[in-house]
Formats: sequence, structure tokens, C-alpha cells
Amino acid sequence: MTATRRSFIKKTLTAGAGALASTLGWLTSLKALAAWQAENFKQGPLDDALKRLFNDQKITDSQAIAIRIPTIAENGAVVPITVSSTLPDVRAVSILVAKNPAPLAARFELSPELDTFVSARLKMAETSEVIAVAETGSGLYAARQVVKVTIGGCGG
Amino acid sequence: MSSIKIRSKREGGKTQIRALISHPMETGRSRDPKTNQLIPAHHIQELIVSHNGKVVANGQLGASISKDPYFAFVLKGGEPGDKIRIEWSDNLGNTDSEEHEIK
Amino acid sequence: MAFLARALPEKRARKRAPTASPLLSVLPLLLVPLALYASPPQDQQHFRDHYRRLFPQLKLQDYANGVYAIDPVARESWLAIEEFPPYEDAIEGGKKRFDTPFPQTGRHYGDCFPNRGIGIAQRYPRWENGEVVTLAQALNDCRASNREKPLNPEKGEITQLLAYMTYTSRGKAIEITIPDDPRALAAYEQGKDFYYGRRGQLNFACATCHVQNAGKRIRSEILSASLGHTGNWPTYRLKWGEMGTLHRRFRECLTQIKAEAPPAQSPILRNLEYFLSYMSNGVPITGPSTRK
Repeated sequence: MTATRRSFIKKTLTAGAGALASTLGWLTSLKALAAWQAENFKQGPLDDALKRLFNDQKITDSQAIAIRIPTIAENGAVVPITVSSTLPDVRAVSILVAKNPAPLAARFELSPELDTFVSARLKMAETSEVIAVAETGSGLYAARQVVKVTIGGCGG
Repeated sequence: MSSIKIRSKREGGKTQIRALISHPMETGRSRDPKTNQLIPAHHIQELIVSHNGKVVANGQLGASISKDPYFAFVLKGGEPGDKIRIEWSDNLGNTDSEEHEIK
Repeated sequence: MAFLARALPEKRARKRAPTASPLLSVLPLLLVPLALYASPPQDQQHFRDHYRRLFPQLKLQDYANGVYAIDPVARESWLAIEEFPPYEDAIEGGKKRFDTPFPQTGRHYGDCFPNRGIGIAQRYPRWENGEVVTLAQALNDCRASNREKPLNPEKGEITQLLAYMTYTSRGKAIEITIPDDPRALAAYEQGKDFYYGRRGQLNFACATCHVQNAGKRIRSEILSASLGHTGNWPTYRLKWGEMGTLHRRFRECLTQIKAEAPPAQSPILRNLEYFLSYMSNGVPITGPSTRK
């Protein structure tokens, strides 16, 4: 199993080294990957999660990032989201759920072969802001959307 | 049987790639209703999408992604016969992969 | 009883002829006993009329999608999930199981059903051999006749078989028949009485939420209409994180209103399904589906 994971990382690096330019710098070993994950998916407040991901880089709100997500979640366990953007030179998109115990839901590094477009389904513990951060060559941009998560009327 | 289902649709010079994966995505914070024991965290940590052998997306995922996760990406271009490969690995060391041919 | 009163045009009567009002105000009371003995087709007409008044913008087939026909925010969410629905595994798994011979007899599920089980789900429940037979019941009867143990009627393997069989009927209109047999009618009536009867600590009837208050909110949720309630099963309920059957949902709802929940596939729940399915005749099958 470990061997396969290592080969995934290798593939990412060799195939990706040219194609992917991440502002995070480089996961040169399995240990580094594990450490990155342990750090960034840690429980804690949103600000800490953002700081761990992006240090103190400025994040500018942008209208060029679109979040398609229901304003009221039918069920907090499955909240469909699509993040898309017309910003140039986007290298990665991160999705965070502010009030989740571990706010970072996912970070996708996208090669230039892909549009800046990613869909996923999120778990949301409670009514919360959902933030999409795009890492571009010229800095970090974000969009936010509040999603209400309620207790079902029938008791669940 | 693979845990990954992949679909693609070519439209307007792009190809939408969709994947549905069977995986419990346990956060490690839920309890088994029968035993009241905490169910250990078990979720996909890494997702890799390749197009004709070249990695085009690399996702780092946490437990805030839903059970039986769904992902969609949009490839610029994409021709019939192109191969899409999706592979995942989880925190317990499990992995799976699936190939799909664009039609 | 409240439903029956509501179904009668008492409001209209008051507006019409002021001079005849004493008689007209008494008329609804006279009609109540007649309504109690309404035939199933009349019940069905009243049911549809009620919802047509509540939701004049909806066509009969719109009811197939339950609350998504009347809650635009929820609908958006549902459509996003339908892009790659979580019940697809169940359909595939169901087909495999359906096509696998029974180990003891070498026969198949298809041997137990008309048309080998393909495209027939819309006609269940059926009156057969003196009782209401639901599709789930028929599957377990088939297993019994092939010396297999019955499947849990709420979740698991049965939901795959149901998903597959229902999928082959997708788009077909629900088509329940009540034969000219007093026992079949009695079963229907029992189902109907259950539906309109108040029960449990909250003293709700099914009708309280799904007839009288359909379209209104209970806390943050919009209540769906009962019309069309039976055609989208089995369902991947987001709450369950897995597939479940209609009877699973009946029981869950009964538990939620703090009433006693009879066992899945018990005669009373089968009769309830019979009544509800008949009320939904004409609504297309959309099962298997995703719901919250």
C-alpha cells in the first residue's frame, strides 16, 4: 500500500513538476505529504486553517470566483458545491467550511489542462460560511457564501 | 468491482469528467449507534486525476467531504479515445483506481 | 375527518345564495356521511382536487419529485446530486442479484414475476391470494419459494433488487387496481383509515402534515404532498447515507411523530401502501431516487 502511495507522489512530482506550479512548494516525500495533511486538516478555527495554508498572504475577495451551493442545505451531510473561476493562472482551489471542526475540506491543484472548475459534496456541521480560495500567479483570491444548515422539521 | 465510477461528456470543445466513489469518509467523530464506540477516521486523503497518463488534478481531501464522494472537473479539449484515470488513497493505506475512455 | 370536511365546497356554498344559506350551511354535514362511503375513484378525485387547489401550478407528473416540485432551493440541491446519483450502485447491484440463479433451485427472480419482473413495478402493490402484495413482499415470497431466507425489508440487499426492478419501470404511470372483491376494498379502506387517523404523542395523522399542511413549513422544512409519495422508492436518503425502502420511511416517520411503528411489510403498512399508491395512480415512477 505504501509503495503505491509513494508511486502516486512520484507520478505527481515527475509528471506534475512542469505542469503544476504550486505556491506551497514541494512535497518531496511521503512523510512530507503526511505532515502537510496532518497540519492542514487539523481541527481549529478558520483563521488558523488559512494561516497554515497560506501563511499571512493577503487574500482578496473576487467576483471572478463563483460558488454554486444551495443557500439552505437539505442535509448537512451532503452539500453539493461547484467552484469555478475566470481568473487567469489559477494553480489551486481550496474549499473551507468555516465552522467545521477542521475547516479545510479539500485543496485541488489543477493543471492548465483543466478549467478552473471543481465540484464536490461537503459535510457541514452547522450554518457556516463556505470559502473558496484560488491560488493564482498573482496572489490569492476568495469568494464566500453562507449556507444554512438546519435540523429537519420532522426531527431529523 | 472498483469503487470508482467515471463519466465524461464532451461539449463545446471541453470534456466534463465526473466521478462517484464508494467510500465511508468517516470523520472519526461519529459513534457506532449499537456499541457507542467512536468509529475510527477513515477517509480518502488524496485523489489524482490523469489524462493520457499526465496528472491534471491532485486533490488533498479531508473528512469534510461527504460519504460516497463525488467530484467533477472540466478538461480543456479531450478527444474520443483519451484515457482518464482516477486514483485515490485513504488514511488507512487503502487505494483504488479506475480508467475511463472518453467517447 | 378534518380532511373530509376540507374536501367539501363549504366555502363556495356560503358565497353563493344568501337566501338559501341555512340549507346550504347544513349541506356539508349531510354530505359528510356520504363522503365516508366514497369509492376509491372518488377518494382519488378528492385527493387530486385538494392538491390542485393547493398547488395550481403543478401537473400530475410533477408530484413524482415530491418536495422538489415545490421547494426551489431544495430542488437545486437535488438536481446537483442527480448529476451523479448515489443510487446507481444499487441499480447495478440489483441487476446482478436479479440475474443470479438461486443456489438451491437454480431458478431466478424473473420466474416469480409477470414479464420476468421487467417494467412491472408500477402495478405494485397488487391484490393477490387474499392480501395486498407489495413488490418487496413479492421478492421475499419468491425467495421463500426458492428456499431462501427473507431479506430485511427496510435496507440492504432488498433495496438493490427494488432499485433495479423500479428502474425498469421508470417513467411509467403508477397503475394500481382494486379488484371487485370486498376484501381488497376492505384492505384499501384499512390503509386509508390508518392514513387519516391521528396517532402517537404528537397526535398527528399522516394527513395532518401531508394533506392539510402540504407546502407549509415544519420548522425549516417544507412538507411534501402525499400525492406521488410512493413512486420514487427505493430511495438513497442523504440522512441514511444509504438506500432504504418506503416501509423504512413509514416507520421512521411514525417514530418521529412518536407513534407506534408497525413492522415493515406488516399487513397494515402494506394496506397503507396500497391506499397511497392508488391515490398516486397516474404519477410516473421516478424510483430509485435521492431524497434528503
